[in-house]
Amino acid sequence: MPSPDLRRIVDALYRSDSGRILATLIRWLGGDLELAEEAMHEAFAAALETWPETGVPDKPRPWLLSTGRFKAIDVIRRRGRSSAAYAGLVVALEPRADEEPRAVDEMEDDRLRLVFTCCHPALPPEAQVALTLREVCGLTTEEIAQAFLVTTATLAQRIVRAKAVIRAKALPYQVPESQDLPARLGAVLHVVYLVFNAGYSGDATAAALSLEAIRLGRLLLDLLPGPEVMGLLGLMLLQESRRAARSNPEGELILLDHQDRSLWNREQIAEGIALTESALRSRRFGAYTLQAAIAAVHAESSSAASTDWHQIVLLYDRLLVVQPSPVVELNRAVAVAMHEGPEHGLRLVDDLLARDELASYHLAHAARADLCRRLGRLAEARASYEKALSLARHEPARRFLSGRLGALK
Amino acid sequence: MKYICLGYYDPASQAAWTADERNAMLDACFAYDDHLRANGHYAGGEGLQPSDAALTLYWQNDHVATTDGPYAETKEQLGGLLLLEARDMNHAIALMSQHPSVKFGSRWEIRPAADMSAMTKASEERRRKAGAR
Repeated sequence: MPSPDLRRIVDALYRSDSGRILATLIRWLGGDLELAEEAMHEAFAAALETWPETGVPDKPRPWLLSTGRFKAIDVIRRRGRSSAAYAGLVVALEPRADEEPRAVDEMEDDRLRLVFTCCHPALPPEAQVALTLREVCGLTTEEIAQAFLVTTATLAQRIVRAKAVIRAKALPYQVPESQDLPARLGAVLHVVYLVFNAGYSGDATAAALSLEAIRLGRLLLDLLPGPEVMGLLGLMLLQESRRAARSNPEGELILLDHQDRSLWNREQIAEGIALTESALRSRRFGAYTLQAAIAAVHAESSSAASTDWHQIVLLYDRLLVVQPSPVVELNRAVAVAMHEGPEHGLRLVDDLLARDELASYHLAHAARADLCRRLGRLAEARASYEKALSLARHEPARRFLSGRLGALK
Repeated sequence: MKYICLGYYDPASQAAWTADERNAMLDACFAYDDHLRANGHYAGGEGLQPSDAALTLYWQNDHVATTDGPYAETKEQLGGLLLLEARDMNHAIALMSQHPSVKFGSRWEIRPAADMSAMTKASEERRRKAGAR
């Protein structure tokens, strides 16, 4: 029987290494994700059976990989005695069965291929996120379900269906060709940012998602060092740096201008700013880098009052060119209000609301309420806070708005 | 993590099988159980006698009462339990998808075991306090 200590060791290894091991097994098995996954699970199960006798190997990862390879041969023999395709695979696997596992960078390339498979545009976006977290990051179905507030059965089926699509459409297990790479990389970065945002506010379970996203960002940067990868990693680090200041011990939200900036994580800020500057120097940057640059201006300011709001407005202008969106316009309007005064910001917010796109977005009404409050137009402020409250769905946001409403009286 | 798999089958359709057909299914299922056992995924399991061998026990008028059955209201019956050790729900699904009984028409309900440790601990605490009083 494996001891609780050994279980903890094997669990930790699963979290840190299962994505790499799975990815390499997939390559060895000619792109068969399900066969590779079965072989990997059997290898980890074998570790729990064997290591109590032999002790944990000095290099557990090669042990798990070569055990996974033997297990794959077992699975093929058990399942596919009559299958010619599998018979060919066994021949391909066997001569290498006692060979040293491949070099570390080759394994990292495997992992990158797996990321691109999990984020393939043929899969629905929510399935891309779930698959990436499970297959690349080693989270369990239950952990992912809890973080996204869906039932385990719902999430499990999402993964089952996604795997059926991978099988039915024979989605390739490779990094896309250079002409497809920008668009496909864009999809991968989008998934990473969705994972990060899922962990933005909330408890420790959710916070772990942000750290996974940062880990994925580092992996991408190692293997595909482009400006937008730098920009996204920079953006995530700069946002993560404010985690401790973003809510109080009761879980209430604290907005940027009221945060205790001494709680910001200086190490993450330094790294985030360095990445953002490199991305900006490349002159081939996009929306993530511009958002990172905005976050960097905040990170360098000691208070809301001393922030270079003019710089922030200019960055939003450029962001609007790259990524036109009413939400970006709203953020720009708030920056304009800080730079030129609340009446200028209010005019922009009212124009936006008149265009209807943001009419049911609670933050648009909350921003309007705040600008009215600063202009002393308290009746309008109250009406807008009430409107925002009627639209907000998340409990922390609702508590925040109720607090603001109460403070008006 | 442990998963309890409840296997349902249709006795009426199995009654029509030849001895060879039945043996083929049983051999395939037991071979797969051996495979699960060899890889540390089999944490227990039992086949069940038909529901006409069952008895139900309950509380009525301050006494324990018993009754025959339950007799299945649908044509499907609970035929066996399998206790699975798997990393997560999708791992349990992958293991049970390969169970040969599925191809022979059985359906499996897969349920994660509830983590009772907090509840048990709280209960022990209550009983300890009650005992000390």
